[in-house]
Amino acid sequence: MTEMFRDKVDVSLTVNGEPVEARVPAGQHMIDFLRLELGLTGAHASCEHGVCGACTIRVDDDAVRGCLMLAAQADGTEVWTIEGLTDTNAIRDLQEAFVVRNALQCGFCTPGMLVAAEELLSKGGTPSRAEIREHLSGNYCRCTGYEAIIDAVESVAQGRAGKGKA
Amino acid sequence: MKASAGGYARAESVRHALDLLAGSDGQGRVLAGGQSLVAAMNMRLSVGDLLVDISKISELSGIAVEGDTLRIGALTRHAQVGTDPQVQAHAPLLKDAVAHIAHAAIRNRGTIGGALAHADPAAEFPACTLALGATMHAEGPDGSRSIAVEDFFEEVFTTALNEDEILTGITLPIAEAGEMQILEEVARRSGDYALVGLCLAKRAAGHRVALFSVGPKPVLAMGAMAALDAGDLDAAVDALSAEIDPPSDTQASAAYRRHLGGVLLRRAVARLKGDAA
Amino acid sequence: MTIPFNNPDRPNSYIGKTVPRPNAAKLVQGRGRYVDDIVLPRMLHVAFSRSTVAHAKIGTIDLEEAKAVKGVVRIFTGADLAEVCSPWVAVLAHLKGLKSPPQHPLAVDRACWVGEPVVAVVATTRAAAEEAASMVIVDFEELPAVTDTMTALDKDAPVIHPDLGDNLAFRRLHEAGDVDAAFETAHKVVSASFRTARHTGVTLEPRSILVDWNPAEGQMTAYHATQAPHMMQTVFAKHLDIPESRVRVICGDVGGSYGIKVHVYPDEVATAAMAKVMGRPIKFIADRLESYTTDIHARDHEIEAKIAVDADGKILAMDVDDWTGIGPYSVYPRTSAIEGNQVVNLCGGPYDFANYRAQTSVVFQNKTPTCQYRAVGHPIAVAITEGLVDMAAAAIGMDPVEIRRRNMYADDAYPATSPANMKFESLSHHASMDKLTEMMDYDALRADQTEARKQGKYRGIGIASFIELTNPSPFMYGIGGARISAQDGCTVRMDPDGSVVALSGVTEQGQGTEAMLSQVVAEGVGVDPSNVRVITGDTQVTPYGGGTWASRGAGIGGEAALQAARALRASILEVAAAMLQADAGRLDIRDGQVVDMDSGEERMPLAELGRIVYFRGDTLPKDLPRELVQTRHFITMEYPFAFTNGVQASYLEVDTDTGVVTLLKHWCVEDCGRVINPQLVDEQIRGGIVQGLGGALYEEIHYDEDGQLLNGSMADYLVPMAAEMPDMQVGHVETPTKESELGAKGAGEAGTAGAPAAVMNAINDALRPLGAQVTEMPFTPERILRALGKLQD
Repeated sequence: MTEMFRDKVDVSLTVNGEPVEARVPAGQHMIDFLRLELGLTGAHASCEHGVCGACTIRVDDDAVRGCLMLAAQADGTEVWTIEGLTDTNAIRDLQEAFVVRNALQCGFCTPGMLVAAEELLSKGGTPSRAEIREHLSGNYCRCTGYEAIIDAVESVAQGRAGKGKA
Repeated sequence: MKASAGGYARAESVRHALDLLAGSDGQGRVLAGGQSLVAAMNMRLSVGDLLVDISKISELSGIAVEGDTLRIGALTRHAQVGTDPQVQAHAPLLKDAVAHIAHAAIRNRGTIGGALAHADPAAEFPACTLALGATMHAEGPDGSRSIAVEDFFEEVFTTALNEDEILTGITLPIAEAGEMQILEEVARRSGDYALVGLCLAKRAAGHRVALFSVGPKPVLAMGAMAALDAGDLDAAVDALSAEIDPPSDTQASAAYRRHLGGVLLRRAVARLKGDAA
Repeated sequence: MTIPFNNPDRPNSYIGKTVPRPNAAKLVQGRGRYVDDIVLPRMLHVAFSRSTVAHAKIGTIDLEEAKAVKGVVRIFTGADLAEVCSPWVAVLAHLKGLKSPPQHPLAVDRACWVGEPVVAVVATTRAAAEEAASMVIVDFEELPAVTDTMTALDKDAPVIHPDLGDNLAFRRLHEAGDVDAAFETAHKVVSASFRTARHTGVTLEPRSILVDWNPAEGQMTAYHATQAPHMMQTVFAKHLDIPESRVRVICGDVGGSYGIKVHVYPDEVATAAMAKVMGRPIKFIADRLESYTTDIHARDHEIEAKIAVDADGKILAMDVDDWTGIGPYSVYPRTSAIEGNQVVNLCGGPYDFANYRAQTSVVFQNKTPTCQYRAVGHPIAVAITEGLVDMAAAAIGMDPVEIRRRNMYADDAYPATSPANMKFESLSHHASMDKLTEMMDYDALRADQTEARKQGKYRGIGIASFIELTNPSPFMYGIGGARISAQDGCTVRMDPDGSVVALSGVTEQGQGTEAMLSQVVAEGVGVDPSNVRVITGDTQVTPYGGGTWASRGAGIGGEAALQAARALRASILEVAAAMLQADAGRLDIRDGQVVDMDSGEERMPLAELGRIVYFRGDTLPKDLPRELVQTRHFITMEYPFAFTNGVQASYLEVDTDTGVVTLLKHWCVEDCGRVINPQLVDEQIRGGIVQGLGGALYEEIHYDEDGQLLNGSMADYLVPMAAEMPDMQVGHVETPTKESELGAKGAGEAGTAGAPAAVMNAINDALRPLGAQVTEMPFTPERILRALGKLQD
């Protein structure tokens, strides 16, 4: 390797509102960084090739696949995981709706599903069931059959729009 | 599934990125949105790469109309292409394509330049640029050059870019008044790679038809285009069938894909005429 | 005293109501604790070098490069682990003739499928272990591979295990009545070939295990994503030579199982063996690529079947010839013959007919081993049966609902024994069908279908009746010699403040076991469900039990919990009666208070009773029993299985140009006996349906003829995603089993059992005017166009 490239990379970012400085292996993806280095085990590594969505986290206001972003690329970013979104009550209505509707079973997909759903909800309006299904079509759930998840997200959208109870 | 990268460097500018590539002893790999590359690295399909991360080079991002062309920076993310009003107005095919590309979280990170340089024959953007007659702009150690889209895609995952070059952006002729651009595809599930996809542009000068997922690279269906220009849809379908040589894989056979190409052409033409698909 | 379930206004009426899951809140907050979330001091990670060929003699193994990788601590071969771990043989005595060779945690001498673990690399990180595993060089001397099921028994086929003589693992023929005569004289005979594709479970959490061995205590602790902690305790104890009392299996949160995590996997046993050798905790988390080649597969069946009916649509006979390829080993300890056996047991299940012949042939092949996966055998048997019934209906011009009504066991015909010798306590096929046709408005849907066809749209309605085997007795495994518990236990105790803890042998996999148990215990004792803390998945603290499989959690574990809770209630009331100088029979516990049974007057809070018992026992009579903890175990005795029943319907549209199927809506009415928590049951049904829809439309493991798996990634092995799935309406008929006070049967597999057949019938209903029919799953766009004759190769 030439000296222009590093196998350990220094990064400085904020995670859940807290500053983090770290030296990360060049090939380490964000989910391993969050889980192994920071102990943030809420988001999960499942397929590690960008298909299942269990690792979905928020980076600079976008929902992204944590397994398809290198930790080295996170320098200067603002990262939110399910832990931070919980602590700040940012998605409390959505979490409550998931519990009330039993929109989760094993819960392994749920943190990623919530981040993906929140991205849709944060755009405002009341998406149709088909739009909710489409938006969540990159987040795999093997337990629920999806309908309860769609119900929960729909109820929150209506609740936030003042059209019903969340 | 832990990636084994050889090293990483963050490029501050295009010049810097080119220097890094030049200094990588042929091991350099340009990392943009990473939505294909990082997956390949995790699966250890690509091991020991020296990663040149261009994702922070702001000059490579953005969309602008320059006279009668639309310029899209290589690092423009799919999500931005999908919502940009200038793309909507001047290259609606690209906007329609975005809705078919994977899923929201992928579109938030994936870049149009990355998708084009990756040259996946099943991807939407390469065929779209072929249908629209785009020009690819690359920067290399010896300066910049333009590559006509017809010359850009060479093989599976292979383009006319040299190892020491970076795709910086694309330009497209803006849509004429009355031009119609249509994308049709069939995928097993929403966001999956298409079994077959078809892009159709109708301009004053004639039709342009490009297909994806029908071979090692996107195909400009010249025979079908000529037949459509002549107003003979059946002949266009026959020509299309003859000028693609689609692969068989676990999702579908070549025969299915060939059939589907014809179905999609008929559906696209029906939409040109304002019929429901 | 029995619980008056029919009175919804009874005190403490938690059974039968939707109450929230106590463990859901932590999961939405990312506070679940799955195996991969656990970090232990000095923990190491293992990655496996696996066979790259389907069948080979293992030659030299070169570990030099691998050993040089930074972070590598130790590398094990099959020979190394054979010294510390005894091999296993997966046969069951009651499956006569079933054979399988001994299997080791790492392959010794021969590798028999692509993905079989051969060398294990232990390192400080998973990344280092993977890197080194990729550098292990194994000289595979290739042997001829058996990949095709139907030719595996041919004379010229290579024999995978020469010691066994041939590739036949198991064959069973069942015959009842005079099948040949019935076919000869029938009004109509319809035959068809069916194929169900090889599936795998794709749990979102991959297989995961972390094993710690404390040599000073001689104690093994395994944190394991499993459905059956006590079974795994037995397996580790037996094969690693440790007393069962010194093996603790802890099963915390599990990220989906569906049957995938109830089997003994060689790489998991290897992890335990290596931890014991090294005296350090070792973690193995399967990555997604190895999941596809090593998680069990299932449902790889090819079937020829026929049905005979009379002019009135009455079923006269069925004849089924089922073949399945199970990979090179029968999977321990449940065996890989059960699925084929179930096909024989379940075909024709809903129908009252006399003449039945079915044979299953279970063969070895060089592919990933298959074993029990959600709704074992049911989707296959239901597809065969319901497919034939629909074809017969079409052949005699009868409506599909009508032909079923003419053949289903009458709702007052029980107890009944099927021609496959299955014993039914009480089923409700007709009530379920009535409810289904009402829910879906069958006649209106037919009108919509007709209207759509006028517009050139091909829509179809598919019906599928089914039976489902739940609450198994030892007749399933125990009588065959497997140390798999059919009984289950629950300990319920009251703590000093009046709160209640329940420890159960059944496990939580996300289906809501802990909520179900909290409701049952709450009602049984007389406290609010939120005051019941449920503990599952720890062999050191919970009563011995079978865990989660065959939809037994509510029926077996729930009943044990109810009986333990009722016993605790009696203990509490005995103490209360002494304290209050009252007749225990006139007291009750309601919402955490001891009350007068007739008036409801509050006599004493449980917290006060707890204070006296635990801290001022001196004030109670000397001989008063004061155990505020009770344990009960439950096992079914009268029936080998508690069968449930139900019926599903699918409405869909087929694009006859592209072959794409669009699911419009799905319905299911099922009878799982007592419904303990309606929401949880509905969601089990919905999740199960979608898993079945995956089998119908998407899921298929592909191999090439050399035994290479071709689509082993999530991008290539397709499973249902949100955009394509329909909304599902679920209804219930409740016929409680009389084997238990609770009356609950299982509900976890009904959805998966019936959905593929409903979709198949709906597609064929749509295609019938075009003269096309599909019977090979999944029903891909290509298969549909081929059935329509639209493709030219």
